[in-house]
Amino acid sequence: MKSGLEIRDIRKSFGSNEVLKGISFDVKPGEIVSLLGANGAGKSTLIKILSGAYSEFTGEIVIDGSPVIIGSPLQARLHGIETVHQKINEGIVAGLTVAENLLFDRIATEEISTLISPKKMVKKSKELLKELALDWPDSVLRDDVFNLGIADQQLLLLSRGLSHKPSLLILDEPTSALSTSEISRLFKIIQKLREDGVAILYVSHRLGEIDEIADRLVVLRDGVIQAIQSRPFQWKAALHEMLGDESATEIENRTELVGEEAALKVVGAQIFPNSKPWNIEIRKGEVTGVIGLLGAGKSEFAKSIFGASQIVSGTFELDGIAFQPNSPRESIKSGIFFISENRAKEGIFDGWSIGRTNSLPFIKRLSKRNFINFSHEKSLADEMIKKVKVVAQSQSVTVDSLSGGNQQKVMVGRWLMHKAKLLILDEPFRGVDIGARREISRQIRSLVAEDCAALIFSSDIDEILESCDRILVLVDGEIRFDRYLSKTSRDEIIGKMSEVA
Amino acid sequence: MKSTMKVGGNDVKAQARDFLVKYGFIFVTIILFATFFSTQSTFRLSTTFFSMLKYTSVVAITGLGVTLSMSVGGLDLSVGAVAGMAVTLSAMSMVVYNQPAIVAVAIVLIAGLVIGCVNALLIVVFKIPDLLATLASMFVIQGLKLVPVHGQSVSSGMMLTNGKTAPGKFTDGFLNIDGGSFGVIPYSVVIWFGLTILLWIFLTRTTWGRSMYAVGSNPEAALLAGVRVKWYRALAYIMSSFLASISGLILASRIGQGDISAGNSLLLDSVAVSLVGTSVLALGKPNAWGTALGAFLIGVVITGFTIAGFPYYAQDIVKGAVLLLALIFSFTLSRKKSRFIAAV
Repeated sequence: MKSGLEIRDIRKSFGSNEVLKGISFDVKPGEIVSLLGANGAGKSTLIKILSGAYSEFTGEIVIDGSPVIIGSPLQARLHGIETVHQKINEGIVAGLTVAENLLFDRIATEEISTLISPKKMVKKSKELLKELALDWPDSVLRDDVFNLGIADQQLLLLSRGLSHKPSLLILDEPTSALSTSEISRLFKIIQKLREDGVAILYVSHRLGEIDEIADRLVVLRDGVIQAIQSRPFQWKAALHEMLGDESATEIENRTELVGEEAALKVVGAQIFPNSKPWNIEIRKGEVTGVIGLLGAGKSEFAKSIFGASQIVSGTFELDGIAFQPNSPRESIKSGIFFISENRAKEGIFDGWSIGRTNSLPFIKRLSKRNFINFSHEKSLADEMIKKVKVVAQSQSVTVDSLSGGNQQKVMVGRWLMHKAKLLILDEPFRGVDIGARREISRQIRSLVAEDCAALIFSSDIDEILESCDRILVLVDGEIRFDRYLSKTSRDEIIGKMSEVA
Repeated sequence: MKSTMKVGGNDVKAQARDFLVKYGFIFVTIILFATFFSTQSTFRLSTTFFSMLKYTSVVAITGLGVTLSMSVGGLDLSVGAVAGMAVTLSAMSMVVYNQPAIVAVAIVLIAGLVIGCVNALLIVVFKIPDLLATLASMFVIQGLKLVPVHGQSVSSGMMLTNGKTAPGKFTDGFLNIDGGSFGVIPYSVVIWFGLTILLWIFLTRTTWGRSMYAVGSNPEAALLAGVRVKWYRALAYIMSSFLASISGLILASRIGQGDISAGNSLLLDSVAVSLVGTSVLALGKPNAWGTALGAFLIGVVITGFTIAGFPYYAQDIVKGAVLLLALIFSFTLSRKKSRFIAAV
């Protein structure tokens, strides 16, 4: 008899840090349960446990009535659990063809001979694709998987997962890279799977999607289930439970800042070869948020102001003086600071202390004739730690040993210790807990009060609503909407974001 | 959540391991030194000690250059060839062209800088990966240096191609670079320690050294923090070649002739001492004193084994074993990741 998945009192710790504190819920066959939680709530950890990536945890996983042990991804598969991860790179094998990728796990387990002929492989791949009613021609199947778009790669991974006839399908942020039409296609597939009796655990940040598709909602915060809702969902309550009450009230109580003087003027900015040029003015004394989906051109624009990359065309003016951003070094000198979206890849130096990480951009200012003043370096780091409330024993602790939120506080904090004209933050709240997010947001707001402009780029509407005064919507490389927060609404912004040219 | 969260500080086993990783290598050095010191009377002589340091100085100075290229995340494979070229060039200028020592020294150092600039150009402007660029330049240098000497070693009194006898010789002043000493301390040892101190200050106390380590640790992050990544990579290779040409001068002074095979084993030895250096004090990054200590340890072991009567080929086994030990400290036992080794 099928009864789906049931998990009982799952607990998981990293060192002394308990990230899951006794999680219990179930997903019945033919049901879509959505897992909702802010960054750091424990969603990823739970998914990794269910998909066999973490084998050390306490608690029980029960499938169709009998307790199972999931110690590896392969065991998860044997028990009928398939996971489509958010990061496509974790599933797609570069350098192989589409067909090889579709059959990859069968080839890896030698279920299919490695010597299978390309012809047979294409035939077998087509059988898998039938499940999703996908009709890819032979030429696509024989092509390098690299040539598939991100959306199709996502569908490839889904087909591969479904080919094992799972009884539980875990979808982790499956729509983050998809367009609106691709999402509706995916939803049709998911609904068909539900009719077929598959239990589905759907993880997403997008409330609209959950509202459309889920049967039940599990709200997770700080490793604890806050609430389980059935349809119709009470969104306001769910958000309060997800964010914690304090955070939700703070958003409501914020006063809007309106600046007057322009810090940065952008004229004729063309981000992509096929996008139209536009002009914009970023003002001092307010926080400007640029919201756009993946691929809208946020990072391209952000980095071009900083001189770290170039857009197709456009001229810049800083405080009324024309300037050409040639290199990050020059931009920093002229008072433009930039915090990258990818702190692991573009921010953190492995093994470097908070003190060193903090001082690097301004090391010249902390030295005399190129000899570093170590006591100055230390005291500046201590000040920074105090200012942005980094939780660390001392400034000599390495940044990579801190939690995500504290790492980000260092990444942001090191730019707050020096006079800026424009602070650019690309996805500053990614992988950051709510406490850190609020602290960073508060710091940015107090910074703009001191004759400075701040520009936040994000794809998360709640982050933008929470931290910005003026909102710009970027779609396909073009600014489509420019309004102060008090003059617009969440619905309007979402509407503008989803408009297709 | 990061899976690399630190385990609680009361974990005795982990603490013991950290201690071993940090000081293990220094202990090994002391123990070996004490063992040789107490068992071999020849080892106790101060002349043995200083001649050991003297012989180590060439590898050690070349190793300082390798340390620099490793600090920006690369590896300069041309250092051995540059040192070898320095030997041939100094012999050419003094023996064949009868120039004074000062001219020979100047030519060698300038040649070192030029090759450093070429390497920098290949890596920074032509964007060829460090290892491959310097591999290619290594071959070119090894071949080029043989052209003017027609593939022959240069020694005083040799027959030139025009039938005449070579007019010059290695001057006494030049031979004094390696042969002479301040009291008991040979000049080459003074040069070695002087350069080690300079490089130590450069790497740890100045903005330049800090920037180089930033480039070596994470070039993207360094660039976004305003570090001139290309400039520092170029600088590291120029300095590396310059240091190799200095060690080549010492080598030439020691050999006293333009031996075309000189410097052949220098590359691997100097890379080894720099790698050993990264494990000293668990710094996990190339550093000047680590490299000096690495060279010293290898010098101690080789001297000790040689005095004890082990055959010459035991040397390579010893070097390999020392390197392996250092790598075990760095990679197996250390909880830090080593990030400065280009090949990894």
